[in-house]
Amino acid sequence: MKETPLSNCERRFLLRAIEEKKRLDGRQTYDYRNIKISFGTDYGCCIVELGKTRVLGQVSCELVSPKLNRATEGILFFNLELSQMAAPAFEPGRQSDLLVKLNRLLERCLRNSKCIDTESLCVVAGEKYTPEERDPVPLSIHHMPICVSFAFFQQGTYLLVDPNEREERVMDGLLVIAMNKHREICTIQSSGGIMLLKDQVLRCSKIAGVKVAEITELIQKALENDQKVRKEGGKFGFAESIANQRITAFKMEKAPVDTSDVGEKAEEIIAEAEPPSEVSVSNPVLWTPGTAQIGEGIENSWGDLEDSEKEDEDEGGSDEAIILDNVKMDTGVDISNIGSQDAPIVLSDSEEEEMIILEPDKSPKKIRTQTIGVKQEKAASKKPMKKRKKKRAVN
Amino acid sequence: MAGEMQIDTPIRAETGAEAGPRGPGCSLRHFACEQNLLSRPDGSASFLQGDTSVLAGVYGPAEVKVSKEIFNKATLEVLLRPKTGLPGVAEKSRERLIRNTCEAVVLGALHPRTSITVVLQVVSDAGSLLACCLNAACMALVDAGVPMRALFCGVTCALDSDGNLVLDPTLKQEKEARAVLTFALDSVERKLLMSTTKGLYSNAELQQCLAAAQAASQHVFHFYRESLQRRYSKS
Repeated sequence: MKETPLSNCERRFLLRAIEEKKRLDGRQTYDYRNIKISFGTDYGCCIVELGKTRVLGQVSCELVSPKLNRATEGILFFNLELSQMAAPAFEPGRQSDLLVKLNRLLERCLRNSKCIDTESLCVVAGEKYTPEERDPVPLSIHHMPICVSFAFFQQGTYLLVDPNEREERVMDGLLVIAMNKHREICTIQSSGGIMLLKDQVLRCSKIAGVKVAEITELIQKALENDQKVRKEGGKFGFAESIANQRITAFKMEKAPVDTSDVGEKAEEIIAEAEPPSEVSVSNPVLWTPGTAQIGEGIENSWGDLEDSEKEDEDEGGSDEAIILDNVKMDTGVDISNIGSQDAPIVLSDSEEEEMIILEPDKSPKKIRTQTIGVKQEKAASKKPMKKRKKKRAVN
Repeated sequence: MAGEMQIDTPIRAETGAEAGPRGPGCSLRHFACEQNLLSRPDGSASFLQGDTSVLAGVYGPAEVKVSKEIFNKATLEVLLRPKTGLPGVAEKSRERLIRNTCEAVVLGALHPRTSITVVLQVVSDAGSLLACCLNAACMALVDAGVPMRALFCGVTCALDSDGNLVLDPTLKQEKEARAVLTFALDSVERKLLMSTTKGLYSNAELQQCLAAAQAASQHVFHFYRESLQRRYSKS
């Protein structure tokens, strides 16, 4: 779906407000939106909400053999997907630009900063185990890089921390700084083509330092809470994070279902049901290994082709070269019943030959030549049965 | 035919308070639903059944590509994204089942040449995933205000090797079951909208599972009604 274009007055309104140091949602210039972290029941699953932006993350693993040039390290993969649920413009196949940018950011931030110890991912050779046999070991993480975004307006005059969707649409450029709590910068990415001065970047990194400290503390607290609840055997998972007080949320405890009468109900239904109508299936007739026929097909609706063309035949043998052929569906020409003698069967691919229909012991009248590429032969029976044969794929 | 008479005995009715987390007999797991939780889609819902959780978002009726438009009704599209890995054939088949169910209830004729898109994201899978997807899709369609002729719900039954019927099975119960049957039922007359089954079962067992699913759907529709009443009531 196409993105709704931003109207000019909305754009002007946003920019004017920013000039007056006002933000639409009432935040200050350096304020972050509310962060909410919730964990799922299985390990490695987490949903983070930053204001109204919501991201689901899942860590999964499988045992593979390590790369040849890095035999003692495990392999890390990062993958980001923008679901169409997030914005109508995120159609599958249409969001490549933003997706590539975000994927690169993730990779650089998490892989190049070496925050995850890849050597700890290596399992001793010869020791394969399934997740059920061994308790999962938490990933060993050296440090936690956190990304902070800064939006610039009016060629770098105005700065906003953590822009929301509207602010991002009117910004000139975006600067993302990934930092850990030890104030080490892991990644910097600037997009939008803005030209920033050195002191602007330094100021942003100072702000980032403060924000990262707060966010890291939040994450640690959430992780501790979750661990505590799991250890104590309390309820955990996404079900608990649905706020009970919200009017749009509703919960229902386990509901017993009375299935005592399903037996009787089912019996009734089966007793009242009509038996399926008899479907007569004719036995298959095996003409030759590889060729069989089920059913007889329907009556030929092309009319009687018998008397249309006649010619003298050129008959050599009295007998049967039973000829089967590939008949195209569109020609729809009938082939007569072929007797089940033991004569060799020739499958002919030729389409354009003139051919002679061999008639074992019939009157010359029934013999004719056709140029369509169909060979026919009348069986010994008086009334030829007409069949339609479909083109068979010959393996 | 005589064998069928024996089958109804293993299905035990609920006899009161259950001993463990889910005692013998049939019960549905803990349900939770939150609507209107996403800001961009027209309607959204998160449906939880025990530990299985699915997030659904609905856009529509909205603009449709000319190649996909239908002149007299709305084009319904369902996208199902698994939690890990790329969407594969199993997702495509589930998308089709959900789409067929939705097409049966959505009044597409009221919005010709438009598109209604249902996007589903599996947040966690702990058994009866398809049923949870159906329920989430229904709540999201209601939240979006898409006109429907009835609500629908999904119920999963599992038949274990002894012939016991388990409603709303967990992942472990589904793996060990001899047959898993999922039904989509409508809210007006509990009629069957969609059924998909996997495994071996007899004619009588099918009818019993269907009857059990109809009984269970009462609870699900009651849950829908309560949650909507809570949201829209003035008190």
